[in-house]
Formats: sequence, structure tokens, C-alpha cells
Amino acid sequence: MTRIAIENPVEMYAVRLGDDALVLGHRLSEWSSNAPFLEEDLALSNVALDYIGRARMFYTYAGQLRNDGTTEDDYAYLRDCRDYYNLLIHELPRGDFAFSMARQYLVDVFNLAYLAELQQSRDESLAAIAGKAVKESTYHLRRSNDWIMRLGQGTRESLRRLQDAVVELWGFTPELFAMDALEIDLLAQGIAVDRAALRDSWDRQVRATLEAAGVTMPEPDWQVDGGRQGVHTEHLGHLLGELQFVQRAYPGLEW
Amino acid sequence: MTQDNLHLFEVFIRSKRGLDHKHVGSLHAEDPAQALEYARDVYTRRSEGVSIWVVNSSDIHASQEDDSESFYDPMDDKPYRHATHYVLPDAVNNM
Amino acid sequence: MSDSKAMTEAELIERFQSRIDDEQKIEPKDWMPEGYRKNLIRQISQHAHSEVIGMQPEGNWITRAPTLRRKAILLAKVQDEGGHGLYLYSAAETLGVSREELIAALQSGEAKYASIFNYPTLTWADIGAIGWLVDGAAIVNQVSLQRTSYGPYARGMVRICKEESFHQRQGYEIMLALSRGNEAQRAMAQDSINRFWWPSLMMFGPHDAESAHSGQSMKWKIKRQSNDELRQKFVDQTVKQVEVLDMTLPDPDLKWNEGRGHYDFGEIDWEEFKRSMSGGGPCSRQRVAHHVKAHEEGAWVREALRAYQKKQKSQADKAAA
Repeated sequence: MTRIAIENPVEMYAVRLGDDALVLGHRLSEWSSNAPFLEEDLALSNVALDYIGRARMFYTYAGQLRNDGTTEDDYAYLRDCRDYYNLLIHELPRGDFAFSMARQYLVDVFNLAYLAELQQSRDESLAAIAGKAVKESTYHLRRSNDWIMRLGQGTRESLRRLQDAVVELWGFTPELFAMDALEIDLLAQGIAVDRAALRDSWDRQVRATLEAAGVTMPEPDWQVDGGRQGVHTEHLGHLLGELQFVQRAYPGLEW
Repeated sequence: MTQDNLHLFEVFIRSKRGLDHKHVGSLHAEDPAQALEYARDVYTRRSEGVSIWVVNSSDIHASQEDDSESFYDPMDDKPYRHATHYVLPDAVNNM
Repeated sequence: MSDSKAMTEAELIERFQSRIDDEQKIEPKDWMPEGYRKNLIRQISQHAHSEVIGMQPEGNWITRAPTLRRKAILLAKVQDEGGHGLYLYSAAETLGVSREELIAALQSGEAKYASIFNYPTLTWADIGAIGWLVDGAAIVNQVSLQRTSYGPYARGMVRICKEESFHQRQGYEIMLALSRGNEAQRAMAQDSINRFWWPSLMMFGPHDAESAHSGQSMKWKIKRQSNDELRQKFVDQTVKQVEVLDMTLPDPDLKWNEGRGHYDFGEIDWEEFKRSMSGGGPCSRQRVAHHVKAHEEGAWVREALRAYQKKQKSQADKAAA
């Protein structure tokens, strides 16, 4: 694999957001023919399609900034683990239905607020992508919020599974709000969103919902991060091995 | 196995403003709110609708078509309810 | 007072058949012979199960699709199959059978589905071949079924045909890309055609003379064209498409018959057909096991939904009291 060196900060920012969307979309797509019933199978595929579409828009824009013919597929298929920059929460295996829904809920609350801000970006392309994505996330959140209540107030088993999921996910949530030099700089230029500033309202909303659902909030006694530096969980390598299988086995061809 | 049945809902979709809602099929869900969301995912994957109704299938009361003689035939003798009943001069016939 | 009570069985049958002969649709609340109802449930549920089980072999490549565009298309297509399964379950349910009963019959092996889905998808080209050949064959059948005599089934078919038009085209597009690719890609495509051609022809079912349900189904207009007619139509339309790909169909007997105005083709291996239909296909056990597993893993979710609903209802009742 030849390395795609990314030097333009806006390109890097778009690729990061693209990676978040692609990796989560991939995980969601794994539910196809595995959902608890047919209606939910179709609904999960819709959410997966939204995320894959979002990844394509971010990558395509990133490629345009390079102006050297780099395509969405180059970003998706020709980078290995260390050059993927998604936040770790997106790459965790789909787990059971409670895990997928809990992750979705935590991410949906975040994304809705984040995209609303990104719509105000001085970068018109990013703002336009956010404008489309924010509508999708509004719907995603309605669904996942609904599922949190149903699972939390369903049976003892569903509450236990939801509780376990929240505990497993909790240490991956601080990374959603971590700013680094690149994003601080882009924020100063009015291009990037201030993640850190979203934390309090996210925290209030998430706590209120989860507690209403009957979940006991976990202690914030551990946290893992590293996605933005390409330091991932071991799961991502396997995900990429699958995602990139054809391109790796038959490099450089048109499909 | 536990009784696995989610409720059956009938789905009606208004495909564009100004048209009636039309029956498109059914789906399973636990309650009307969930049925509406699934109707969106199941029956409007190609933006087929601007408005959706869902109705608990058990709430639909249907006429028996076998009763149709008593039910509909009495309506059949009132041709004056139809525009074509009135023969007008050509000059105004597209009224 | 319902007229049907006053009529004898023979009169009812006569009125039913004359409705059908008259090209009127039969609707859910109409009187219908028990055989008609059973035959329909069998055919519609088999069709629904085929859509749902068909999600698996194609779903096998969603996470491995070679480009993001192909990935989105494939996911949307597999989702459509699920939707079509749902439309068809919905049509079957108007005949007084529940989805749970239908699923139980699928999982016990009592209900059948198209045997083509018991073959494995081994390479990316198989996704092309399935879209092009398998969906192509299905569409030939479904177009004909838009005129089936049972209203809900016919309406489901109209909706399905409208949505499926992209399925075959995307499959052919995959094959076209491979046919213009390098040696390995061309070989991959040809191998896929070789493996999926005969099973595609089997999708139309046994010869008319051998088909257990055909005669009655035609009289009731559940089926509008015979298995052999539809199969011939599919062969005729596919030959030209293979030529455009500059590939071949694995049948030495395939040739144009000027007198008939159709292509002649070789005999299907009916032993393989029977084996695959009766659970002996390479992936038969895997497909059903996958369905059972997903269904069982989802049991606690469905239970949670019911429990939640019950709690909501009892709270609402308390508030009202």
C-alpha cells in the first residue's frame, strides 16, 4: 500500500470525519440479515446507508482539496490501520443489539449537536455536507432514543444488556470531545467545531435519558483514546482486512 | 416459544400533497409510534411519501363484498350523480 | 344477511371461477376455495422466504464490496430484498396466516425457498451474476405475476417489479466492469456465470408436465405463464447480454432455432435440482441455521418490546382510572 500523505489540515479534518462515518456505517451494515425482526433490519440498513453516504461526501471533498485525482475509494481502501483516524467508539464490534443501540444513541446525541455547529462552518463544502447529515441524524436519534427507553424499561434482561453496553462504551466517550492542535487551529479559522464545548449539554442529555431508562451511570474511572493519531483497538485491523479485501487481493483495478 | 407476535399495522401513504392516502401494505410493530417509523423505513425507501398513516389492523372494519348487492346496488340506480349523465352542446362539453 | 350463506358450495365455486375467468381480482374477504387459499399461501410464502433467505448470499459481500459506491448499492439492494420479503409476508397475512407461522415453517424446513440461494457466493463476480442472472430470472417471473388473480399478491408484485428494475441493471454493470478488466477479472466473471447459469434456469421450476401445482394454478390464474414459457423467455433475452460481455454460457446445446424463433438449450440436471430443493444444496443448512440464529438472538429484544408496551398500557390505564 502506498501511503496517502495528508498535509492540508482541512483535508485531514474531512478525512477524520469521513473515517468516523465509514467505520460506523460498516459496523451498522453488519446487521443486515441479523436484526431481531425484518422491520428493524430494514431500518438499520437505512442508518448504515446514511453513514456510508456521509463518508463518501467527506472523502470526495478531501480528494478535491488535493486536486490530484485522489478518490473516495483511495481513502477508504488504500490506507492501513495507522493511517485511519476515526474515533475508537465507532470501530468497536457490533456486539448485541443493546450494544449497537447504546453506541448509536451516544453517538447520535453527539452528532446532532456537532453537525448543527458544522453547518455554520466557514468552509462551505463542510457546511453543506453537515446540512444534509444533520437531517439524517435527527432521525437516527429519534430511533435510538426510542430504543433506549424500550430496552431500559422492557425486561430485566434488556435492562441488564443495556446497562452492560453503557459500561463498556463509557470509557470511549471522552474521546468524542477531545480537541487536538489541528482542530484547535481550524476552530480559530471558523472551519472546525469546538468538540469540547459540546460536552456539558451532551452529558446532561445522555444522563437524563439513560437514568430515565433505568440505567445506573458508570463511574468515569477509565478512558481510552488514540483514534486521531491512528492508534486503534485491535478490532480496526480486522475490519479493514474485510473492507479492503478485494482491493488488497487484486490491487489497482476498476470494479 | 413465547408468543412472538408484534402487532399488525396497515400502512397508508400520501405520495404527494393533494392526493389521498393510499393503502400500501402492512407491517409489524409494537405500537403506533414505532409503526410510523418502520413505515418510513419499509415503504418510503425511494421517497414515495409525504405523509403516512398507520392503523391497527384489528381496528379496521370491512364490509363483506358478498353483501355487495345490498350494500352497493342501491347506489347503482342514480346515474344522475355522474357527470357523464348530462349531455351538453359541444361548445361547453368540457365543463 | 350474507349471500354466501344462501349459496351452495358449487354455486360459490362457480361464481369464484367466473370472477377469475372475467379477469377480476380476488380480494381477501371474498369466498375462495380452500385449495386456492392453500396454494396461494404456499406460493407467496415461498416467494417471501426466497427474498429473505436471498439476503444472505449477497449480504456475504456487503462488508467486502470493492468500492464505496458498490457497497452502498449492494446494501440498498439487500435491504430491498428484505422489504420485498416483508411486502410478501404482508400479502400472505391477508389469507389468515401469521408471520410467526410462516417463519416457523421456514425454519422447520416445511416451507421451501428458491434453491438458488443454497449456492455460495465465493467471489465478487458472484454478486454481479446474482444481480444479473438470478434477479433477471426472478423479474421474468414477477412481471408475469403482476397479473396474478389474488389482489394483494398482484399489488405487491407491481411494487416489487418497480423497485427491482435497478437490481438486474446493477448486477449487469458489475459484470460489464469485470468483462472490461484484466484476465483475472474476466476469469472471475466467467467462472461465476458457469456456476450460476444452470441454477438460474432451475429457478423456473420443473417442466410443465412434471409440475405438481401448475395446472390448477393456471386455471386459478395464480400463475399466468407456465414454467417452460418463462424459462424460454429468460434464455432468449440473456443470450444477447452474454454476447455483449464477450463471455459464454456453459451449455454446448445452446443454439438459435429458426423454426421455433427461440433458442434451444440443454437439459437441466433435475437430480441436482431435487437435491438442492430438499435441503441438500451446498449452503442449505447454513442458510436456515443463520435465520434461526438471528431470530433467536433477537428474541429478548422482541420480548422487551412487548414488556415495555404492557407497562405503558398499564400506566395509561392507571392514569385514566
